[in-house]
Amino acid sequence: MHTQPTYRGFFILLLLLLAGAFLINVSLGSVSIPFSEVISGLTGNGTTKASWQYILIEYRLPKAITAMLAGGGLAVSGLLMQTLFRNPLAGPFVLGLSSGASLGVAFLILGAGFFGGVMGGFLTNEWSLVIAAALGSFLVLLAVLAVTFKIKDTMAILIIGLMFGSVTAAVVAVLSYFSNAEQLQQYIFWSFGSLGNQSWQGVFILSVCCFIGFGFSYVSSKSLNALLLGENYAKSMGLHIKKTTFLLIIATSILAGSITAFAGPIAFVGLAVPHVTRQFFKTSNHFVLIPAVLLSGSLLLLICDTIAQLPFSEYTLPINAITSLVGAPIVIWLLVRKRKLLF
Amino acid sequence: MASEKKTTVLEASEVSVGYSSKKKAIAIAEAISFSIAEGELVALVGSNGIGKSTLLRTLAKMQPELKGTVSLKGKNINEYTMLQLATEVSIVLTEAPASQNLTVLELVTLGRQPHTNWMGSLSEEDISIIQNALLVTNTETLAQRKCFELSDGQLQRVYIARALAQDTPLILLDEPTTHLDLYHRASVLKLLKKLTKETKKTILFSTHEIDLAIQLADKILVMTPEIAYFDTPKNLIEAKRFEVLFPEDTIQFDPKTGRFTVKN
Repeated sequence: MHTQPTYRGFFILLLLLLAGAFLINVSLGSVSIPFSEVISGLTGNGTTKASWQYILIEYRLPKAITAMLAGGGLAVSGLLMQTLFRNPLAGPFVLGLSSGASLGVAFLILGAGFFGGVMGGFLTNEWSLVIAAALGSFLVLLAVLAVTFKIKDTMAILIIGLMFGSVTAAVVAVLSYFSNAEQLQQYIFWSFGSLGNQSWQGVFILSVCCFIGFGFSYVSSKSLNALLLGENYAKSMGLHIKKTTFLLIIATSILAGSITAFAGPIAFVGLAVPHVTRQFFKTSNHFVLIPAVLLSGSLLLLICDTIAQLPFSEYTLPINAITSLVGAPIVIWLLVRKRKLLF
Repeated sequence: MASEKKTTVLEASEVSVGYSSKKKAIAIAEAISFSIAEGELVALVGSNGIGKSTLLRTLAKMQPELKGTVSLKGKNINEYTMLQLATEVSIVLTEAPASQNLTVLELVTLGRQPHTNWMGSLSEEDISIIQNALLVTNTETLAQRKCFELSDGQLQRVYIARALAQDTPLILLDEPTTHLDLYHRASVLKLLKKLTKETKKTILFSTHEIDLAIQLADKILVMTPEIAYFDTPKNLIEAKRFEVLFPEDTIQFDPKTGRFTVKN
């Protein structure tokens, strides 16, 4: 009798690691807070110093939650893209989704100069960044998809994704040229990627977006499994290709768009995490893979963030640099070891 | 001859297949008519580019027919939704599954999709159908292997197992014997023959193995540029239908052996 494994052990291990990484993440920072104080602060028993409580609740906790949401969300959107395009290289970054989101944000921040004061009040609203970024990534994804329907070659699609990336960079460069120093700085800091400085309202908005994205992804699991056989087989098994593709694109652009809006463009998580996860969860079943990739992505970004804040120092490195430094070697190692990337 | 009246499963009348763009329709093959009864093994032969794959795709409603009607169990296929059709027709394509990382069990299990709920949860019945599909195709020992580890012959059996798991009365196969050596070609076709005999499935497959098809198929659909002939192998040989299959300058058909030989 053949049964499909449930990987319960791996899931428990992942959850434990995630809990551990979470505690380490909130315990470390520029201000050293004793571990026992962290625990009592988090459990609501208060800390001996009021400032510690404030740092924990208003700074470290939202940052850790943002890291988990962003890591999980990017990883899941990478998995969706890899299955949708049936290409192991696909990911929100490679396909130009993050560039699209950047373009949206660039228009909002840098374009404010063009449109005058009308946008001024709009800018301060946190939703506007999210909407601009989600719209940007949605438009790029639609463009990539329009090309997909015309060109069957997935390699061409990736190249087109890269082209969108360079067009975006060019447009951003033009916008930067015409904007003032303050706007430019605001945009540059956003583009470094930052998980910190999130208000609880921001964290709430991000969680709503991510959970909508996760929900859409999870209910698409059966369709995603069918897509593994290719479009024609999926069709022959009664799958509504257009509806599925549309749902997946919505899910991906909500995830990639909202995360990029809040945390900036974060590289490599979307591409690398699904591949790393597949090393442990040797299955193609998306009902298992989606939660597994979600947890692994959260874990990875939480660890990257712990490294980025350079424990016991006042410096915080751009998270985007850290994920690339961690992610690129992983992808190279996988390629060298396995000699091919499968999805 | 036809003492017992069999139910017709798949019927095509005056069907043209091809591609239509905004401006015009380009027919690849025209005026195809046939009627396949339950439990029949039917081979589809013709030279490269004659439209065998296009016809199979049209029969599976993966692309629209240009003219004529295709009916399944007496009902026009256009009246079926894709999901309804998925419980009536399964297909084995020439293309490999997009993901090579699937295990055999996962791939065969995917065949149950049209029958399961949104979670894809498997009932006892689903599991026993999957088990049976693996058993019949002799792939149960491969269940935990990944697709990229398998040979072409094993893969073909696995694809057939997936179609069997879909549990449809009609199975269409597009060149199931390509890339296989003679032994595996014969064993795949024998497997198809066994399925039609033992499980009353109706099977239509395209092939270049004309000699094997003549020996094993109940009926053959011979596609030529002008017209498609549909009859039993014996009648087709008598009517000299295979002679016109290919240009006569290089090979010729020997009616006695049912084989093509190279002209000297």
